[in-house]
Amino acid sequence: MCGIVGLFLKDRSLEPKLGEMLTDMLITMTDRGPDSAGIAIYTAESDGRAKLTVQADDPATSFDKLDNALRKAIKGNVGLSVKDTHAVLDIQADQMDAARSYLTAHHPDVRIMSRGETLEIYKEVGLPKNVAERFDIRQMSGSHGIGHTRMATESAVTTLGAHPFNTGLDQCLVHNGSLSNHNSLRRKLRRAGVHIETENDTEVGAAYLTWKMQNGATLGEALQSSLTDLDGFFTFVVGTKDGFGVVRDPIACKPAVMAETDQYVAFGSEYRALVNLPGIETARIWEPEPATVYFWSHNTAPTEHEKAA
Amino acid sequence: MQTFDLEAEGLRALNSALHAQAANTNQTVWEILNPKGSHAIAVGLDAPIEVNVKGSTGYYCAGMNKQATVHVHGSTGPGTAENMMSGTVIVEGDASQYAGATGNGGTLIIKGNASSRCGISMKGIDIIVHGNIGHMSAFMAQSGNLVVCGDAGEALGDSLYEARLFVRGSVKSLGADCIEKEMRAEHLAILEELLERGGCDAKASEFKRYGSARKLYNFNIDNAY
Repeated sequence: MCGIVGLFLKDRSLEPKLGEMLTDMLITMTDRGPDSAGIAIYTAESDGRAKLTVQADDPATSFDKLDNALRKAIKGNVGLSVKDTHAVLDIQADQMDAARSYLTAHHPDVRIMSRGETLEIYKEVGLPKNVAERFDIRQMSGSHGIGHTRMATESAVTTLGAHPFNTGLDQCLVHNGSLSNHNSLRRKLRRAGVHIETENDTEVGAAYLTWKMQNGATLGEALQSSLTDLDGFFTFVVGTKDGFGVVRDPIACKPAVMAETDQYVAFGSEYRALVNLPGIETARIWEPEPATVYFWSHNTAPTEHEKAA
Repeated sequence: MQTFDLEAEGLRALNSALHAQAANTNQTVWEILNPKGSHAIAVGLDAPIEVNVKGSTGYYCAGMNKQATVHVHGSTGPGTAENMMSGTVIVEGDASQYAGATGNGGTLIIKGNASSRCGISMKGIDIIVHGNIGHMSAFMAQSGNLVVCGDAGEALGDSLYEARLFVRGSVKSLGADCIEKEMRAEHLAILEELLERGGCDAKASEFKRYGSARKLYNFNIDNAY
């Protein structure tokens, strides 16, 4: 199974309530995925700054003076805020690659969950209610976010097996379904030099999209080609800095419901996840078509990549 | 009229109360408030009662229905009226995938659109859809009627047996062994009755009929054991 929720706000006055609304939606999807849960939130932008969200099994040790060490190594302005097993490193946007290389080389106990200007990803093993509480998701504000409740079928129940997966700067992916050609695709991607950490099928899906985009595809094109190259069942919801997208495989047996009002666009694996959103009684509600890429963006002037999506 | 607040009283209490109704019950009309997308609402009914669901439902609404009329004033999730035996199920909005699957009898009326796999393996049910239906609808349908006032998706009627499919709009593609068939007077008569039963604003003459070409392996007697 697995449950997916997504919320994209058009009405900026709702932004302080994004965390709360998404948390309620996520908890409603607990019986679709009680193993682990995760949430990706696009927070307020800060000029010239970027965020690395990191995770450690022993945060007290791993995050102790991590900001000092990083500051020294990359010679930049670094902030650190710890939330349970995760921490957000606030860095200069132009030092993202340096910071990543340093962490990878010198702090193998610290895993990078996400990187981007506004994106933060939190995910852990446990009931969605508990995961949301640990990271105090209810208090978070943001412009849009996606969440996932996992019922594992293809690989182990671990933090790294939880969704969302970071696929590139400010990009993330959640998945309901199971990919059946992930082993061969993982070998192919590894031969192409793509780093894949686990035996998880969705990580391969995420790595595939990342690889496609590194080779010049737009997100829309990468999603479109996933319909040909990925075998299995999937409903994907992807987040980008400006919006979110939805694509379902041609068989479309994994459920999906969408709702749109003047205030928001919402996604749920089931309608239950949407019932407490404001104005849901009069929202336009529909089921996304199979093998069709949908995209919503805050950008008033869509760029090439949104057009492709 | 009996009013039942699903949010306050819970699903098990609802279905127990509905199951307790006998053929001669005086509690013939029920109203269910706050369905809020819950699953398995009004499943397994077996009494001539009318149940009005005031809102949208989740999975398996009105499954295995006998005799009862279940009227959903909203949209329904996957598996609506699955394996219905008799009675009537009406959905004012859209129905998600595999609506009316394996139904043996009764009437399912969907006033909006139905999603993929509508009427998969239907065995005698009549399904009347005012809008469109999705891909793989009426896959392995054995008997009964499927009426679609709008368009049909890919692979309509794949591996079909004896069910009749009537579509007014376009058909994206026909499934294996499904073909367009001649609409004769007896089919027009059947369709007219179905359109009236379904409250459809459509003329029988606007529809095309599809059915099995009976060419697949199991239609050849030489393949029988």
